Amino acid sequence: ISTLIVAEHDGGFVKPSTLSAIAAAEVVSKENSISVLLAGSGPSVEKAAQHAATCHPLVSEVLVAKAEELEHPMAESWAEIVKMVQQKGSYSHIMAASTSFGKNILPRAAAVLDVSPITDVVQISEPRLFVRPIYAGNALCTVQYTGLDPCMMTIRSTSFQGEVNPDAAKANPATITQIDISFLNQEIVGKSKWLSLSSQESERPDLGNARVVITGGRALKSAENFKLLEKLAEKLGAAVGATRAAVDAGYVPNDLQVGQTGKIVAPELYIAFGVSGAIQHLAGMRDSKVIVAVNKDADAPIFQVADYGLVADLFEVIPELLEKVPEKK
Amino acid sequence: MKIMVAVKRVVDYAVKIRVKPDKTGVETTNVKMSMNPFCEIALEEALRIRESGLAKEVVAVSVGPTQCADTLRTALAMGADRAVHVDAGTANVPPLSVAKILRALVQAEQPGLLILGKQAIDDDCNQTGQMVAGLLKWSQGTFASKVVLDKENQKATVEREVDGGIETICLDLPAVITTDLRLNQPRYATLPNIMKAKSKVIKKVTPEELNVELRPDIEIVQVTEPPKRKAGVILSSVDELIDKLKNEARVL
Repeated sequence: ISTLIVAEHDGGFVKPSTLSAIAAAEVVSKENSISVLLAGSGPSVEKAAQHAATCHPLVSEVLVAKAEELEHPMAESWAEIVKMVQQKGSYSHIMAASTSFGKNILPRAAAVLDVSPITDVVQISEPRLFVRPIYAGNALCTVQYTGLDPCMMTIRSTSFQGEVNPDAAKANPATITQIDISFLNQEIVGKSKWLSLSSQESERPDLGNARVVITGGRALKSAENFKLLEKLAEKLGAAVGATRAAVDAGYVPNDLQVGQTGKIVAPELYIAFGVSGAIQHLAGMRDSKVIVAVNKDADAPIFQVADYGLVADLFEVIPELLEKVPEKK
Repeated sequence: MKIMVAVKRVVDYAVKIRVKPDKTGVETTNVKMSMNPFCEIALEEALRIRESGLAKEVVAVSVGPTQCADTLRTALAMGADRAVHVDAGTANVPPLSVAKILRALVQAEQPGLLILGKQAIDDDCNQTGQMVAGLLKWSQGTFASKVVLDKENQKATVEREVDGGIETICLDLPAVITTDLRLNQPRYATLPNIMKAKSKVIKKVTPEELNVELRPDIEIVQVTEPPKRKAGVILSSVDELIDKLKNEARVL
C-alpha cells in the first residue's frame, strides 16, 4: 500500500488539514508508504516541502511541482499533475482533505484517471472500506471500493487528528524531489486564470482547527452585534462561526458558515447563540465534544443536541459571560 | 450560445429522512421528492444569463429513473426551453457515470456553458461538475457565488466561495460552473408557466444509447443512523453554565 497525498500549503507550512489526510493514510495502513505532492512557486513551496519531509514518520517522499503559474492552485493543472505522478508512482491510494482545495481538485483528477472518488470519508475500516456521512450527516454510509487502483478519496479532517511525535518524524526526513512539469502546456494552464482572493485577516484561530468555536445565528440581528461574539471569542481563544441565515443576511462573510455546505467543525467546546438548529447546520457541528446552546426559544431543535442549554436572551447572556468567564491564558 | 444545466431529483430538503430498518439505504417511497436546491440555483443562473441576452437556449438534463421527468417538468416550468432525460431505470448511477453521460450530452449539444449544483443534498458527493470538466478538458469554476460572462472574449469571471474567503478566477469558455448557495435566489414556477411547460419537449435517451457503461465502482455495504447525542440539561443561569463548563465538562 502506497499513498499519494494531494497537499495544500500556506506560508511555508503544510496545512493542518493536509496533516489530517496524512494521519488518515496511516489509518489505511501502518506500513503505508506516503508520498506528499506539493505545487507552488518561490521559496514558500520549498519551505513547505521541508516541513512535509519531517511532518510524519511514514512520509517517504515529497514531490514538488514548482512553477510561476502554479502559485495558486488551479484544478486544470493540478489534475494533470496528479495524473502524471500517478502514472509514474502507481499508488494504491490518493488522498486529500475535504477542503475547498481538495474538493475542487481531487474529483477532477479522479475522472482524468477514470476512477470513482469517494468524498468526505470519516472512518477507514479497511484499506478499501470506508464510512462517509450522507443526507447532511443524518445517515452514515459504509462503502466498499471495488474499482481499479488508485482508490481516491477526500477525508474529513475533523475525523483524523494526527498525533505525531515530531522527533520520530524528524529523525528520518523524507527525500524531496522536484518533478518535471514541462508537459504542462498553455492548453492546460491557459484555460483558467487566478485573479484575486479577498479574505478577512483574523488574529483568531482558524475555524476548522479551533479548540473552541462560538457561532451566531440570525438572532444576532446585525453585523454590529457579531462584534459582541468576537469579543467573547477573543476572551475564550475561540473561532467565530455563523449559520447560513446570518451569512445570507450579510452579518459575516461566507467563510464563517458552519454546516452541510459550509465548514465542518468538531471543537472541544461549541457555543451556539441564537441558533435554531436546522439539520443543515447540525451537520457541520454535531461531532463537537461539548455543545452549549443559548436561545430564547425553548423549543429550538438545537437544544436536542446540546449538552448544556440556556433558555435566555443572548443579549443578556453574552455580556454576563464576558464579565464572568476566566481570561484565556 | 446554449447553456446546459444538469438537475437531480432528491428527497426534499425539508424532509426528515429515515434509515431503512434493513440498513440498505434511506426510505424514499412515499417521501416528498424535489429538485436538488443547488440545481435550482444552477438553472436560475442559466435563465438569468439567457434573459440578459447572452444565451439563446437553456437545456435541462437529468439522469435517473422515470420520475426524473417530473423534475425536468419543473425545470421547464421555471423557464428551461427543452429537456433531456437520460432514463437509467432503477439502476444506481454513480457520479463518474453521470459525468460520462453529461460528457456525451455535451458532445451532442455543444453548449458554451454547463452549469451544475455544487453538490446534491442526498449523497453530498460534490464531484460531478469537477469530473465532467476533467473529462471534457474544460476549465472549471466550482462553488460559484457570482458569474459574469464576457461574450466578446468568450470568458467567464467567477467568484468562488473557498475556505479562506472569496476567490476570483477567469475561465475560457466553454466551461463548467458549479453553484454555491449565494449565487442567486431561484424563482418559483408560476401557474401559467407550469401550464406552458406541459407542451414542452422532454427527449428521452438511455445510457446505452449514449455508449456509457454504468460501472459500479463503489458498493454500498450498509446505511446506518449516526450515534445519537445524549440528551443534555437545561441550566438556569450563566453562573451555573460556567460552573458546569469548568468543573463537569472541564473545557474552560
